[in-house]
Amino acid sequence: MSLHEAAREYATRHRVRAWEALPWLAGLAAFFLFPNYLAFGTQVLVTILFALSLDLVLGYAGIVTLGHAAFFGAGAYTAAMLAAHAGWNEPLSGLAAAALVAGAVGFASGWVVLRAQGLALLMLTLCTMALLEQAANMGAAWTGGFDGMPGLAFRPIAGLFEFDVLYFRSQYLYALAVLFAGFVAVRLLVYSPFGRSLTGIRENVLRMHALGAPVRARQVRVYAFSAALAGVAGAVFVQANGYVNLAVLGLERAAGVLIILILGGYGRLYGAFVGALVYMLLEHSLSKAYPTAWQLGLGLTLMLVALYARNGILGLAAALRSRWSGR
Amino acid sequence: MDLASILLGGLASGMVLFVVSVGLSVTMGLMGFVNLAHGGFAMLGGYAVALAMRHWGMPFFAALALAFAAVAALGVLLERTLYARLYRASELDQVLFTIGLALVMIAGVTLAVGPESQSIALPAWLRGQTDLGFLRYRSYSLALIAAGALLMLALWLGFERTRAGAQIRAAVDNRRMAESLGVDVRRLFTLVFALGSGLAAVGGGLGAEILGLDPQYPLRYLAYFLIVVAVGGLGRVSGVFAAALVIGVLDFVLKVEFPKGGAIFIYALAMIILLARPQGLAGKRA
Repeated sequence: MSLHEAAREYATRHRVRAWEALPWLAGLAAFFLFPNYLAFGTQVLVTILFALSLDLVLGYAGIVTLGHAAFFGAGAYTAAMLAAHAGWNEPLSGLAAAALVAGAVGFASGWVVLRAQGLALLMLTLCTMALLEQAANMGAAWTGGFDGMPGLAFRPIAGLFEFDVLYFRSQYLYALAVLFAGFVAVRLLVYSPFGRSLTGIRENVLRMHALGAPVRARQVRVYAFSAALAGVAGAVFVQANGYVNLAVLGLERAAGVLIILILGGYGRLYGAFVGALVYMLLEHSLSKAYPTAWQLGLGLTLMLVALYARNGILGLAAALRSRWSGR
Repeated sequence: MDLASILLGGLASGMVLFVVSVGLSVTMGLMGFVNLAHGGFAMLGGYAVALAMRHWGMPFFAALALAFAAVAALGVLLERTLYARLYRASELDQVLFTIGLALVMIAGVTLAVGPESQSIALPAWLRGQTDLGFLRYRSYSLALIAAGALLMLALWLGFERTRAGAQIRAAVDNRRMAESLGVDVRRLFTLVFALGSGLAAVGGGLGAEILGLDPQYPLRYLAYFLIVVAVGGLGRVSGVFAAALVIGVLDFVLKVEFPKGGAIFIYALAMIILLARPQGLAGKRA
């Protein structure tokens, strides 16, 4: 790539391409094509939003975390506890409350743990999540403890659309709309000067310090924003499914979303979409019938991805494309 | 339970944590490799002990030795063929690779042996209780404490008094400097990896009585092993020893006193220590 071409790419990369309408058209088409699979589709959309929030932290800011489910869980429990104990079961304001609480948890924990790096940071994020999980387990009077809170009911979305317990029709569209809003926010953020400076921090922390960028303040800010987004995903999960349990906060969910993002390709916005769809389709069709084979295949795939395909499915696709056009 | 028996129980589980985690600490310290599959080696060791005793009628200690040798050999094989490709990779790739490896180990064991948990029959003289004069306590826990203390002594002598130990310490502190002085760090690392995975295997066999033994073992205790290593300090045998004992005893005491949420204090303590000393209790400031 010549310097001129590179400059042009940087100047135009934020523009919306025509193909970017595809995922949303596909999402809408799926609503009409697979009316019996909308419950599954809703889980996929929630997971995409969660993976997207992780992409901000991991892919753009380069903060490796093992505990992102802490914020998914914080949002989920906020929505659930408001509905169960305060009778606050209006969904949209529930989302806002979840975003606020999860964002505050993200800000506080980010402010504390982001001073560490490497193994210490990994452990601190893991311990933050474990602390929340244990707290949710202990505060059984408020959180339902180990059993969680089943049978939560929410008012119609925007006063118009009843939650559809049987077919998940309104939940699916609701999740799709929330995901779209979240995606627009993330897209605006990563192409903003703030987003560019995050990438700078990821690529060369020393140079960003030398340039006078407030490195830690920016990391904490993006961590809090990402946490708020993960909290929204958790709240949609609770509202759509009508229950919450400790699994929303567990290592399994945190590792799962990490795997999904890396499988799809991190630092590329759409990696979350591809990863969540591929992973969850495979999981859905395999994990019940052949749980061990699923685990074995997943493990082998992860090893292969780490060894040979570090940029995930989208990275592979991009490499193939550039090889084709290079000839 | 009175204080002495709680302390002894905690010390016994701390010793198990130490035996399993010490290898992880040294390999992480030497190469900076985040190895989340370490618990898998411990599990494989436990299974090797259980199966060798059941199918070949091996005595307990012979089975432990076999587990050490077999898992150490597997460790060398994996280190040479796979781990070595990722030394220069990012932390994230290492995390991903080793989670994958742990899942493969879990699935492999489930396929080969089955999902149910295994038990290891102890030799007759380790069952029952021993009279300590001031109280009677489970013989096996006392034996674990003695074995852990002996191992610590042996490792300490190995690290402080032998040439290889000095080389390892030098490489942990400053790998480049050690290399330029002619230390073959790669070969040293293979050696340490073998020893570390072998020790984890012994820990898996010894600790089956306390930690249990089933295919989910590697992920269930992952956080504990990592906390012990991170709190103790990378590549610091004495730090890991102290951290394992403190965490073992605290965990045991808290789970007796607050059965509902005892683990919360361990995570909180680990966070406080890591925030105050990111390099661990015994680690040197980078």
